[in-house]
Amino acid sequence: MSDAVLEVVDLVKHFPAGGRLIGRRGAVQAVDGVSFVLRRGEMLGLVGESGSGKSTVANCVLRLHEPTSGTIRVAGVDVTHLSRRAMRPLRRQLHMVFQDPYSSLNPRFTVGDIVGEPLRLHRLAKRRELDEQVAAMIDAVGLRAELRYRYPHELSGGQRQRVGLARSLILRPSVLVADEPVSALDVSVQASILNLLRDLQQELGFSCLFITHDLATVEFLCDRIAVMYMGQIVETAPRAELFRSPQHPYTQALLSAALVPDPAVQRQRSRIVLDGDVPSPLEPPSGCRFHTRCPLHERSAPASDEESPELREFAPDHLVACHLVSRGTPAPRLVEDAAAIVRLEHA
Amino acid sequence: MTAEPLLEVADLSVRFATDDGGVHAVDRLSFTLDAGEILGIVGESGCGKSVTCMALVRLLPETAVISGRVTFGGVDLLGLSPRRLRRVRGRQISYVFQEPMTSLNPVFSVGYQIGEVLRKQLGLSRSAARARSLELLQLVRIPAPERRLDDYPHQLSGGMRQRVMIAMALACDPKVLVADEPTTALDVTIQAGILDLMRDIRERLGTAIILITHNLGVVADIADRVLVMYAGRKAEESGVDDLFAHPQHPYTIGLLGAIPRPYEGEGARARLQEIPGRVPSLRVLPAACAFADRCTRADELSRTQVPELREVRPSHLVACFHPGET
Repeated sequence: MSDAVLEVVDLVKHFPAGGRLIGRRGAVQAVDGVSFVLRRGEMLGLVGESGSGKSTVANCVLRLHEPTSGTIRVAGVDVTHLSRRAMRPLRRQLHMVFQDPYSSLNPRFTVGDIVGEPLRLHRLAKRRELDEQVAAMIDAVGLRAELRYRYPHELSGGQRQRVGLARSLILRPSVLVADEPVSALDVSVQASILNLLRDLQQELGFSCLFITHDLATVEFLCDRIAVMYMGQIVETAPRAELFRSPQHPYTQALLSAALVPDPAVQRQRSRIVLDGDVPSPLEPPSGCRFHTRCPLHERSAPASDEESPELREFAPDHLVACHLVSRGTPAPRLVEDAAAIVRLEHA
Repeated sequence: MTAEPLLEVADLSVRFATDDGGVHAVDRLSFTLDAGEILGIVGESGCGKSVTCMALVRLLPETAVISGRVTFGGVDLLGLSPRRLRRVRGRQISYVFQEPMTSLNPVFSVGYQIGEVLRKQLGLSRSAARARSLELLQLVRIPAPERRLDDYPHQLSGGMRQRVMIAMALACDPKVLVADEPTTALDVTIQAGILDLMRDIRERLGTAIILITHNLGVVADIADRVLVMYAGRKAEESGVDDLFAHPQHPYTIGLLGAIPRPYEGEGARARLQEIPGRVPSLRVLPAACAFADRCTRADELSRTQVPELREVRPSHLVACFHPGET
């Protein structure tokens, strides 16, 4: 595919676990067979709960973790096994914004130094030119010019996250990976960072892999959404389609549990409460990993206990990994769907 | 009001003495809590919502200077001796905190920790405490509770730990449960279960709940009445439906406009509303509306006087010189 700026094929990342103390040795199967494509200029939301492997995917894409197997292609180039040196020029194409704006900025650097660092490392600009580019970027993320001489500890959380954005965008990368960039911020600050991210994306045209646990945020920001559960993608669909017609029972449960900040709507919704805990990633369940908690387990058994469902096309651009779903055959509705919310809100 | 409120807080102020002056965390806050009511206290970090609730039974460090009155069961808790206060804490008013892992002791089993409350507060024997602990785990719907009693906190998931915390808080059948961001550290699907549990507890045991949160979705789901705090003061208070349908304070309106909604239909998303500027420093209490610097409605009056709370709609109070929905 020519318009794919980032392609991940069958990515697997296992972390060794256990040791002499714990006795049992094994592997935490953090990511197990994840494939997706990030298209040019697209915002792709990777949604999942804690432990679903979404951050591990991000870290593998950036080669901050070495993948166990699988392929990662950036602009058509296979980067999975590139050496650090060979990787370096490609790092201009690929940048990351981290969750915690407190620990991801060097406390001994001024804001100007932090934002200019990528330019210096890649030897793309110096002195006046560097100065001008840094000033322009600081302005683009909505920070006052005098803040470039300040240190991170003098800034608020929202300002720091703006610095993080400026640093990751100054090289005009084609791909931005944002790992929960607003979850550490207050609601009113979150709003300004989300607006900013959207404005910058429209202006600069980068593609963005946006990782979050918050459905409302991806709904605001993303064009397409991929839902992860226990190291695997269970469903991907364009935004509106996913919210209008979620198929995988896990997606349905997740959507039903999201809280609508309006009591008139929220109190009329029924939610699916999933039974039991997320199983241990050391010993994931056989077959479909969701089968231990699936409200539709009776209908999907025994296939779901034995065989891991493939991501299959349910509708154009809408893939679902569930034994109950195939092209044109939707999954049973667990609750009145998301459409009910829309009707109420526009009533 | 017909009946006496269960808990009445009047003119509560909390100041922390620091090396360079002090911080006014809470400024003349008043509110009431009725029996069996769920009161949501909403605000962003630093607005004083947690400090308020810790101050109720004086759980704050020595550096805190607390004034005002907290009337519960006919007595002022702020004037109570430490010994008598211990009989209120945990027995009449109990707490659930955000991070269940740090609130539980990692070296004692769950059963031991719940039992400790029962032995210390109610003087139950070991076996009676164990039997009651089992009942409590059943109450908070922990599967296979007999097995869980001997588990240690690290063996439980986040949601289970929070259920254990709630079980512990309910051990003495308190009249008031104070839950400080009880679902913030949890996943959405787990959060849903905890909210259902709290609703269920109120229904079955009649426990009044003060729910502190920054999440308006949680408030919309479970609260009966909502108090919005800003910079240590009450900005707005009303029944939950009226607050969301007819918000009056510009800060409340800003907060509501700042959150993306889970589903808004087709088409491009509208921009989220931003609140410019930042929360004022609480070193000096402003002799003005604390929100004035960030507010589009602010005028000379807002910058020179502190707005008093006014009832602008039935049972809907707002501290603003220019209240209104738009």
